[in-house]
Amino acid sequence: MAGSTNESAIKQSIIQQRKSADRKKLILNLVLLAILLIAPAVLYPVFLMKILCFALFAVAFNLLLGFTGLLSFGHAAFLATGGYTTGYLLSTYANVSTEMGIIAGTAAATVLGLGFALVAIRRQGIYFAMITLALAQLVFFFLVQAPFTGGEDGMHGVPRGYLFGLVDLQNNTAMYYFVLAVFLFGYLLVQRTVNSPFGQVLKAIKQNEPRAISLGYNVNLYKVLAFVMSAGLAGLAGSVKTVVFQLASLNDAHWHMSGEVILMTLLGGTGTLLGPVVGAAFVVNLEYQLSQGALGDWVDAILGGIFIITVIAFRSGIVGEIQKFMKKNLS
Amino acid sequence: MDMILGVPIAVLAGQLLLGVINGAFYALLSLGLAVIFGLLKIINFAHGALYMLGALTTVVMFDAFGVNYWVSLFLAPILVGFVGVLIEYFLLRRIAHEDHIYSLLLTFGVALVIQGVLTNIYGVSGLRYSMPDVFRGGVNLGFMFLPYYRAWVIVIALLVCFGTWFMIEKTKLGSYLRAGTEDSQLMQGFGINVPLLVSLTYGFGVMLAAFAGVLAAPIYSVSPVMGGNLLIVVFAVVVIGGMGSIAGAVITGLLMGVIEGFTKVFYPEGASAVIFLVMVIVLLIRPSGLFGKEA
Repeated sequence: MAGSTNESAIKQSIIQQRKSADRKKLILNLVLLAILLIAPAVLYPVFLMKILCFALFAVAFNLLLGFTGLLSFGHAAFLATGGYTTGYLLSTYANVSTEMGIIAGTAAATVLGLGFALVAIRRQGIYFAMITLALAQLVFFFLVQAPFTGGEDGMHGVPRGYLFGLVDLQNNTAMYYFVLAVFLFGYLLVQRTVNSPFGQVLKAIKQNEPRAISLGYNVNLYKVLAFVMSAGLAGLAGSVKTVVFQLASLNDAHWHMSGEVILMTLLGGTGTLLGPVVGAAFVVNLEYQLSQGALGDWVDAILGGIFIITVIAFRSGIVGEIQKFMKKNLS
Repeated sequence: MDMILGVPIAVLAGQLLLGVINGAFYALLSLGLAVIFGLLKIINFAHGALYMLGALTTVVMFDAFGVNYWVSLFLAPILVGFVGVLIEYFLLRRIAHEDHIYSLLLTFGVALVIQGVLTNIYGVSGLRYSMPDVFRGGVNLGFMFLPYYRAWVIVIALLVCFGTWFMIEKTKLGSYLRAGTEDSQLMQGFGINVPLLVSLTYGFGVMLAAFAGVLAAPIYSVSPVMGGNLLIVVFAVVVIGGMGSIAGAVITGLLMGVIEGFTKVFYPEGASAVIFLVMVIVLLIRPSGLFGKEA
């Protein structure tokens, strides 16, 4: 009998620990949410919106790299497809509302993601990265040459319009809270997914794919679903970004952008939920600071340098390293 | 004038020639990628930047010291190859035991640094490099005009490809390389200096890229951004061919160049996309690539 009391005591203490960890996480999340809510009072809303758009983009990307172990080097294609679709619909049809434009952009990126996934899933590892890169280049060529995309110039003057026909999005504060809501939607969706049984299977695939297969999971189906979801959220980020800046630009489709989102995720911490957000904020802010100073032309070289340092010295990223540190010293 | 499918033969042959030349560059570059992949199991994302470095070194050495084309043909690959050895020794080696995805990202970072720094020094507009006098002019083959330099590029590129194939398949050094590809730990056990072999292999792959760069200097616009987009095409070529064989990389490279050339004649808008489309089709039909062995 002594054994079973002992066991239940251990169980109790584990539950207790989990609860306290959950509480800490909840408090941290609430603090971050509060910061995001009051941020526009302190910082320029457009700058914050840029960070949020890229943060959503990186969170979407991390669902693949961090939680499924797939390195896509073509995520710019989804960002751009979402952005261009929304931009085209909003600037061409006056009766398309802003939220419809964004939903359509997200849908377009989701469908494209399905196409990418079905082709790229046939190879693994670095081949997967190369194939997604090549497919994204195909999208880039399409956007350069298609008659309605504005070619090299991109699409300008996309109207922001009214949200649900009520809220004037020309107002930066209103726009900010809308972007924040979209970001939170994406973030919580990824959080929910990662912590669901589905997410557990994704993690299993990342850790040991052959074992996941031998356990009877249809690994390819899970990979495709994760890829499609990631693509859709990346498209959502692109759609919102187009509305914010009233611009769909070819930069978003360029493979540099695919590299940048990898850097954001890696630098912040792959496989952590907050990592990509931190990474995106860091990179966007860095690019902004550099563009203000004398080092404006050195952005690429400096980003490349950060890439090298991150890969060699701290692969867990900023958030990952902090988590490691907390585990070592606080428990 | 003779026509095929409504296109003058001269135009067709001209585009075909350009296609073969592009194909020769694809072949050299994908060959270098294949050599590096064989032993290091990584995709060298810096390959395009190192190809550019080969071309830029040629131009800069000529402008600054009057180093002529023939010397550059040897000197530039050696210098750039040395840069490659440094990259391997100081960077890649540190994460060799990690997931190969990290090596890919590392070389991507290296490419950004090289390209970014040189863009700041030389700008993005092309630098001029005049070809040696020997190559001025060309020969009229009756159905088309063949510039000497382009003929030279095709011949020397194929020779280098053949030489690489010969070295890997038929020499003792090549046998070490192939053994290392199979099982580098076992080979280390036999007393062969594998880390040195890895450095040299990476350096050699980089030399092939730089050599292609020197060949490109007189005919393509030389600028720090010349390698980036080319590399993505070469990646597609590599996926189409599969990493299975050295000969496969060369054949696929030439084939894709020709296909691209044909597309330029019949559907110019699709020329830049056709290789990627071929890649998609090949992946759907034969996922391991035309010459690939692994699944």
